[in-house]
Amino acid sequence: MGQHFTTKALTGLALGVALGAAAIAAPASAATLKMAWKQDATGLDPHKQTAFSSIRLLELIYEPLVRFDKDLQIVPALATSWEFAADAKQLTFKLDPNAKFQDGKPVTAADVKASFERLLDEKTAAAARANFLSIETIETPDDKTVVFKLSQPDVPLLTAMASINAAIVPAAEIAAGTIGTKALGSGPFKLDNWVPNSKETLSANKDWAGGKVAIDGIDISVLPDETAILAALRTKQVDFALINDPLVATLVPDEPNLVLNRTPVLAYHVLQLNASRKPMDNLAVRQAISCAVDRQDVLDTASVGEGKVTGPLTMPGYTSDPSSLFCYKKDIDKAKKLMADAGFADGFTATVIAANGEPATAAAEAQVIQSQLAEIGVKLDIKMMELNVYVDAWLKGDFDMAVALNGGRADPYSMYNRYWTKNGNLQKVANYIDDTLDSLMQKGREETDPAKRKEIFAEFEKHIAEMAPWVWLYTSFSYTAQQKNVSGFETTPEGSLFGLTKVTLQ
Amino acid sequence: MNYLTRRLLTFPLVMLGVSILVFFAIRMIPGDAITAMLGTEAGLLTPAQRAALSEYFGIDQPILIQYWKWLLGVFQSDLGISVTHGKPVLSIILERFPLTLQLAIMAMVVALAVGLPAGVFAATRKERPSDLGVRIFAMIGQSTPNFVVGLLLIYALSAGFGILPTMGEFTPFSVDPLRNLSQMILPAVTLGFAFAASVTRISRSAMLDVLSDDYVRTARSKGVPKRRVIWRHALPNALIPVVTLSGVEFGYLLGGAVLVEQIYALPGLGRLVLEAILQRDYALVQGCVLFIAFNFLVVNLLVDLLYVALDPRIRLGEGG
Repeated sequence: MGQHFTTKALTGLALGVALGAAAIAAPASAATLKMAWKQDATGLDPHKQTAFSSIRLLELIYEPLVRFDKDLQIVPALATSWEFAADAKQLTFKLDPNAKFQDGKPVTAADVKASFERLLDEKTAAAARANFLSIETIETPDDKTVVFKLSQPDVPLLTAMASINAAIVPAAEIAAGTIGTKALGSGPFKLDNWVPNSKETLSANKDWAGGKVAIDGIDISVLPDETAILAALRTKQVDFALINDPLVATLVPDEPNLVLNRTPVLAYHVLQLNASRKPMDNLAVRQAISCAVDRQDVLDTASVGEGKVTGPLTMPGYTSDPSSLFCYKKDIDKAKKLMADAGFADGFTATVIAANGEPATAAAEAQVIQSQLAEIGVKLDIKMMELNVYVDAWLKGDFDMAVALNGGRADPYSMYNRYWTKNGNLQKVANYIDDTLDSLMQKGREETDPAKRKEIFAEFEKHIAEMAPWVWLYTSFSYTAQQKNVSGFETTPEGSLFGLTKVTLQ
Repeated sequence: MNYLTRRLLTFPLVMLGVSILVFFAIRMIPGDAITAMLGTEAGLLTPAQRAALSEYFGIDQPILIQYWKWLLGVFQSDLGISVTHGKPVLSIILERFPLTLQLAIMAMVVALAVGLPAGVFAATRKERPSDLGVRIFAMIGQSTPNFVVGLLLIYALSAGFGILPTMGEFTPFSVDPLRNLSQMILPAVTLGFAFAASVTRISRSAMLDVLSDDYVRTARSKGVPKRRVIWRHALPNALIPVVTLSGVEFGYLLGGAVLVEQIYALPGLGRLVLEAILQRDYALVQGCVLFIAFNFLVVNLLVDLLYVALDPRIRLGEGG
């Protein structure tokens, strides 16, 4: 009996394998883009979600008033035109007369007002509220005009509005309390189905005011392992995929049927020093660390050279040649002298925290920095943490040093006011501030002339690099991979997938 | 009181212990649902915003009150609502469980179909080259982590043959058996591989014990064919350790196979728990762990009952 059973089981197994192999990988229907990503969205409320993965999804469904193009210039979205008053204390938008929500109702000034009021309501608990505090009142002279009256000049407000966190949602849905449970936007795609951490089904919005979408829809699969994503691309199971790990991305060009899109992004890899702790409170010690770090070596070793050494300003239009900044060339002699001057000729011991897999290069970065700082006698203990544990410690400022990948923004003020102003929300994470930084940030906020703003922030960058509260390392790329029959995708420095609206499948 | 009643009476106690352990342990990890959702942006929240979110996530009340409320719910088979899925925890678990159950069964079939014959074969050829070969193979199988096997399989199939099972979703067997099997075979083989090795080793040594017993020699000397002695007389008596091992393993597998589910992008119970922990979805973690613990208890009970069926000399709970 035993033998009989086993033989049967084995035959069944063999049969199963044969059948399985035959049924594998059905061809994709021509006009639906099959897409894969590692990390799924964590929620549908555009005002509240801050995770990169959620924003990537919500940008396809919702729209803000304005958005960025590939050069980070502000272009129309729901608003067709906008204007700052001369004193930068009033901002007026004209809405697109054709704009409709996905239920067919027009997008009106009342929806804009309701959306911003929701965002500003503390009960909503939107982290992005911090960017819109200068809004005093919102007026709606007619159905298609919105006027924001501001309590102080706030030029970066417009760039802050070019974010899905400032999406316009239907006033009726706000009243019904369904934002976050139902995805009803005005964007190019409708969300037909979402199984968290498994898949999303999107269909093109035929009534989208922004133009015609060339594909019928997008099927997104969540594939948690990026080597499996590469395998799925290789076997044409997937047309388009997001890739995070530079090591996986560099394998894509080896595949004859695949194309890799590589775009420099605004986010920056950085070694944060905690200037409220000894001995990092000593300027000479911080400068010594900055001089001892070989940024190019960190980039080459931890990220196979995939990226670019950067100063604090990462946005096009503001970036400068980093080699002009303080100690951007490794200088061990100078570092040793600075250490000796500070009374630490024999070095010291400190702990550096880093998050597991966030970014994929975190552990490698920490290790390279550990070996570089050993040269000036600084003994680093690396503490790897699960992301959420790391975030908890980071927010409390509970670290000597931290390896981080911090998000960037199109405007230097929006990007750094949280850290480098006296009232910044994350001042206790940055743990360093001086009058120069604070006053330069305020000047930059009020200045409307682009050339003068550029000068102000160049001075800011030079000063902060010299004060070395943090050691800015490099910016990396955002990667997407696609089959050769996918064309028309345009990338942006924010890593947005909005370019999928222009994609065609041959 | 007989064995079964006594075992069943300990169920609620064990479950209560598990509930306390998971409830407090998950809350001891730094970071909460707010930092899980917002990451470093959580630092931008005002105290009022933070309070609003704590209320939304149900973490604003004292921890003992939270526990008491949850426990009352559990008694009414209400495991709470998952904040990340926006659905009742039990319904999410029951959506994911069929996959995990099928994967566990298929992995067991693979392991037993390979491991048992290999073990018996090796035992009957004790210390001969073929025995050595099986033992080396078993050693390799047991010491290779299953994510390595999984990634190698995926690479070999996709790069070598251009094929790969459909990933990222799960088609139930009842909907489309062919598609279902094409998705599940590779993960089952991956999972079954290492376990087949353990089964081989255990069944080999159990068989060796039994084959040296008197009754086997008697049967052989009476002229019963060797084949029949092995499969009909010896094997059933060698099965007890195999059943024990399989029971424990099956219980583990019902808790989800995190790595294999990750690699093959299968939405099973293992990944559900992992994601719930990473997102600090407390209700979901608690519900899953309770569910897994319950399954483990049931499987263990079934294993005990199976002993009796295999060996009528065993009388459970009557003084050994």
